[in-house]
Amino acid sequence: MSRRAANGAPLVEARDVKKHFPVPASLLGKLLAGQKDQLVKAVDGVSFKIWPGETVGLVGESGCGKTTLGRVLARLYEPTAGEILFRDWPVHSSFFRHTQIIFQNPYSSLNPRKTVRDIIGVALRQRGLRDPQEREAETLRLLRRVGLSERHVDAYPHQFSGGQRQRIGIARALAIQPQFVVADEPVSALDVSIQAQVINLLQELQEEFDLTYLFIAHDLSVIHHLSDRVVVMYLGHVMEEAETESLFANPLHPYTQALLAAIPVVDKEDRRERIILEGAVPSPIDPPSGCPFHTRCFAKKGPECEQEYPPEVQVQGHRVACWLYV
Amino acid sequence: MAEPLLELRNLTTVFPMRRGAVNAVSGVNLRVQPGEILGIVGESGCGKSSVLLSILRLIRQPGHIAAGNIFFKGRDLRRLPQKKMRAIRGNEISMIFQDPLSTLNPVFPVGEQIREAMRLHGIANASPLPWPLAGRRSHEKQRVLDVMAEVGIPAPEARYRAYPHEFSGGMQQRALIAIALVCEPTLLLADEPTTALDVTIQAQIMEVMRRVNREHGAGIILVTHNLGLAAEFCDNIAVMYAGRIVERGPAQQVVDNPQHPYTRGLLACLPQISRQRSRIDPIPGEVPDLAGLPPGCAFIPRCSLARDACNSVDLRLRSLQANQYARCILYEDGVRYTVEEFS
Repeated sequence: MSRRAANGAPLVEARDVKKHFPVPASLLGKLLAGQKDQLVKAVDGVSFKIWPGETVGLVGESGCGKTTLGRVLARLYEPTAGEILFRDWPVHSSFFRHTQIIFQNPYSSLNPRKTVRDIIGVALRQRGLRDPQEREAETLRLLRRVGLSERHVDAYPHQFSGGQRQRIGIARALAIQPQFVVADEPVSALDVSIQAQVINLLQELQEEFDLTYLFIAHDLSVIHHLSDRVVVMYLGHVMEEAETESLFANPLHPYTQALLAAIPVVDKEDRRERIILEGAVPSPIDPPSGCPFHTRCFAKKGPECEQEYPPEVQVQGHRVACWLYV
Repeated sequence: MAEPLLELRNLTTVFPMRRGAVNAVSGVNLRVQPGEILGIVGESGCGKSSVLLSILRLIRQPGHIAAGNIFFKGRDLRRLPQKKMRAIRGNEISMIFQDPLSTLNPVFPVGEQIREAMRLHGIANASPLPWPLAGRRSHEKQRVLDVMAEVGIPAPEARYRAYPHEFSGGMQQRALIAIALVCEPTLLLADEPTTALDVTIQAQIMEVMRRVNREHGAGIILVTHNLGLAAEFCDNIAVMYAGRIVERGPAQQVVDNPQHPYTRGLLACLPQISRQRSRIDPIPGEVPDLAGLPPGCAFIPRCSLARDACNSVDLRLRSLQANQYARCILYEDGVRYTVEEFS
């Protein structure tokens, strides 16, 4: 299923990447109540590889760190610790020529005071197109490619619908001619019929331009449709990673099982036995000890779940971090 | 069949706009039996939320209900004076909104807000003991704590004095359901109650709603854009497009065997885990602007089966099979085609 070459080098590799955000206590709180500065451990030690031409799906609930991880990989954030390798080399300045990000919210990710020509033109200048006529021609070509018409070039973002704005965002990302694209929930703000159009567009572009995607979403059906491999995150950690078909047919981690059971599906035969998790995702400021999922887990093995973080193991081709499989 | 709990007849809600009148809801007929869960499914702007607001007569000016009747337990809500309408809202019919944080009042404790709903409708006086003995306040509070426990808010005693921002999204939504339930309504209107929530929390909330339906026998109208959710949770569903119901019927039957081209399109463009497809078939184009919508079927520009006759015929919902109805020229008398002909 996977499009990647069996033994080739990975395009992007994350090695034990961490991203912590400081949450400073107020001065008053420090003086009067002895409060301490806190850390949000949004991403806390994540490793994985992405091979050229494949789509890796990154799923998890809100607050699991998937967006932060995507931004770290696109180098919008500096990682607190760990390494990101691009073609086996630590990331350096040319990385930015090869990486782009498509944002979730098509309403806030486009400058409302710029026309489409300006929005795409900035990216084209970055790519080194200095001749205005060349830029104009390339802008029109990109617009046509993402399914907009040439007369849209002088319009402002507010004149477009959500689906059209997302197309502008995609055109802007393509303008750089990237190899690696981080797509952060690109379709979750769109209606189903528009969502399908954008998903198809992303797939066509991947084939046409040989793109490698990290596709971040909370919608497992979309992830299933697009990805070759899926990484499941919870509270800043990878819980499970596997080839898409294998993950959906045979989820090993209890969290993956609960997540799959929770998606409402249309087909009756597709429905899994209902697993209702208790409680909500704990705060990443003060994550539970041991396995971060133990507070909601329905298949706890024993006291080790609460005491120690489970080692990652390879089981049936899946990479799982759960004491059940150690 | 018993008298329906709610019956909408030819409900039409209009918003006059500078660019023309927008029929957010046009000619909707629906029935909800006591204890039934009805799903209204559609994309943004199809009028599904306006149906709920029309039932409660909460359509904001200058929008108004232009025609039709809203029969609730046999009374036409459209003809009730405001005062009587107010006694029905939140008491007999309550509503749960999509975004709990903007619905709850940020400056009052959650418990007090639940209690307020009860007090407004005079439920508090239902104490079994006469006034001097009962302690009206404690009786009220006990009822609030019971409802909080019922919707799954842990440690209600401690949470009673908490403010909305101290609750997680799922807990806020439970608090809203508690407000909606405290008066034991017979009809619950839920407008995308889980759209802002994660899937595992969505599963919890739907479980609470299911229990409310089973244990109190409350009828529920669930408005959602999620066909999967509607198929799993509802007895019947109605699919709306551009202010009209284009198809309705038993939930599983409609999604297994959709008849209207729009319903079929919606299902085809839904990525589904059971179906391994390299591409999904999207519905081309976008939802039309409802202002100045031409007569005839509103789906024509996006429909692969559209023909000249679609423009001229006044389409109605036609009965197809066991309680399933669709509004399409395919099923008009005399021009009945089988579906296979076109696929």
